[in-house]
Amino acid sequence: MSKKTAAIVGPGNIGTDLMYKLLRSELIEPRWMIGVDPSSEGLRLATGEGLEASHEGVDWLLKQDELPDLIFEATSAYVHREYAPRYEEAGIRAVDLTPAAVGPAVIPPVNGEEHVGAMNVNMITCGGQATIPMVAAVSRAATVSYAEIVASVSSVSAGPGTRANIDEFTRTTAAGVQSIGGAQQGKAIIILNPAEPPMIMRDTIFCAVPPDADRDAIVASVVAMEKAVQEYVPGYRLLQEPQIDDPSPATRGQTKVSIFVEVEGAGDYLPPYSGNLDIMTAAATQVGENIARAIA
Amino acid sequence: MTDINALTRTWSGTHGTEPWGALDLRLTDTCLRDGSHHKRHQFTAQECHDIVEALDASGVPVIEVTHGDGLGGSSFNYGFSRTWEQELIRIAAETAKRAKIAFLMLPGVGTKDDIRAAQENGGQICRIATHCTEADVSIQHFGLARELGLETVGFLMMSHTQPPEVLAKQARIMVDAGCQCVYVVDSAGALIMEQTADRVAALVAEIGDVADVGFHGHENLGLGVANTIIAARAGATQIDGSVRRFGAGAGNTPLEAFIGVCDKLGWETGVDFLQIVDASEDVIKPAMPEECQLDRMTLMMGYAGVYSSFLKHAGNAADRYGVSGAKILLEAGRRKLIGGQEDQLIDIALMLKADQEKEAANSTA
Repeated sequence: MSKKTAAIVGPGNIGTDLMYKLLRSELIEPRWMIGVDPSSEGLRLATGEGLEASHEGVDWLLKQDELPDLIFEATSAYVHREYAPRYEEAGIRAVDLTPAAVGPAVIPPVNGEEHVGAMNVNMITCGGQATIPMVAAVSRAATVSYAEIVASVSSVSAGPGTRANIDEFTRTTAAGVQSIGGAQQGKAIIILNPAEPPMIMRDTIFCAVPPDADRDAIVASVVAMEKAVQEYVPGYRLLQEPQIDDPSPATRGQTKVSIFVEVEGAGDYLPPYSGNLDIMTAAATQVGENIARAIA
Repeated sequence: MTDINALTRTWSGTHGTEPWGALDLRLTDTCLRDGSHHKRHQFTAQECHDIVEALDASGVPVIEVTHGDGLGGSSFNYGFSRTWEQELIRIAAETAKRAKIAFLMLPGVGTKDDIRAAQENGGQICRIATHCTEADVSIQHFGLARELGLETVGFLMMSHTQPPEVLAKQARIMVDAGCQCVYVVDSAGALIMEQTADRVAALVAEIGDVADVGFHGHENLGLGVANTIIAARAGATQIDGSVRRFGAGAGNTPLEAFIGVCDKLGWETGVDFLQIVDASEDVIKPAMPEECQLDRMTLMMGYAGVYSSFLKHAGNAADRYGVSGAKILLEAGRRKLIGGQEDQLIDIALMLKADQEKEAANSTA
């Protein structure tokens, strides 16, 4: 089977890190890197790796005789909303790494195979990729009436897109906590911490489950999910045993499950503390490969 | 000798001082927002009504009402509200005859929709807080607030962690986004007088021609009033405090004490000292679960530079896991945690518990 071709749109931190992961893929060949700024470091690195790099944007890409099978969008939600219809018109599958949420959302270990036929799939947010697997793990063992995730990332690994549009992050992540995590109600919180040296991404997942929920089953499901995520993000780990608190007024009468994880990145382009960006690009690679298999 | 009465700036009044006349300083009481931490977010509708009524009658020009962690703060991480914050804002706005009702929001916790709802419920001043190096996350929210015709205030939290010039640049980002007053916020109660003055002066130099500068103090090292006086002398014209210190950690600058000092110094605040003292005894005190105190835990926060709202959460984690609350706070300082990272206190408690168990095993071995 020949590799499917891909273009990465957006040569920033995420796009560049994704390029290194795709260069190792047996199913996808990254052939184009598309930006809008000729002085972009990402375009320079892409040229060095043998990709065709252009600073003339998507318009240039769509004028080429040969079009990619897949586009990985690593720009911003606004940009992706604008271009998504044109990708579809050109028959190109899109994997969207922005929080635009044009297509259905995908979290590899939860619903990785579900939308391989869709023209556009969304990767939610870095915080969503790091936490929704755990919400889903608890949901497999008990009814989750409410789930809340707190993502702490180092300031240096939060790019201008996230900063300019932090509401998109909370809204899109909370929606994913519900639609894919299986919580009846979802909430997301993000903290940017400027500490030096930069902190490794940390995430906390709180779930409200019924007082009679099977606690052993919840813990077993969480531990199994840690292993499933580690298959594509080796630096994903539980910091502590899942903590289970008895129902009280402070938990609104529900049993509270608290899960603490740390995400250390592979260090492909971004330093290991940027686990938030690594889990995004690793998940996008997984999803892209699933689609590549489906269109083979 | 320095003239202790001298103020370098007075409140410009560009936002309309009616019906107070010209004020030297405009005060905001934060009992019903910062005090929400001390109250574990359990304010009732009646308490909100009574406090607003008393503060308003005393002449306090601005009253802040929200969950302690701002709009959308009701959560596992920060504590669930007993009364929905939007309901508290509505009650406050309906009760106040003269005072403007302010509300707080933290980008990353609340969203623009929450701001819209707060305005619909009668909130008039939108206060947006970010960690003091992350002002750019507030740009979209200031933009919206101004578009909606709200008055705006920016909060640079944990201001003790950055030098004056860094804070001034961050203040500039907020002002460029539409913020009309930037506060130096001593979230940890860790600033020591001249450090306060230097930071306020740097903000005045950077944004003073187009915006106000404010100061929000905490009492963790017992310097709330002193820091606030020196901030006013350095050019802060909007001042926060909470009657009876009703706030996070050891509490905020006690507003009634500060008003008494202003009377002595001849600084016009528009608030009646005797009335606010009565309000403190008769209305605020009964609503407090206990007085805000300088004790081992709160002193540790000022000393280690820890976000004041961590107090109750560190106490909870200490009780739950049988470890020292003071040690949790010191470790939070060492890890350079910032506002919002309450979840990490549980992780710290678990780590301390594991250390204790290891030590116990070693000593019996």
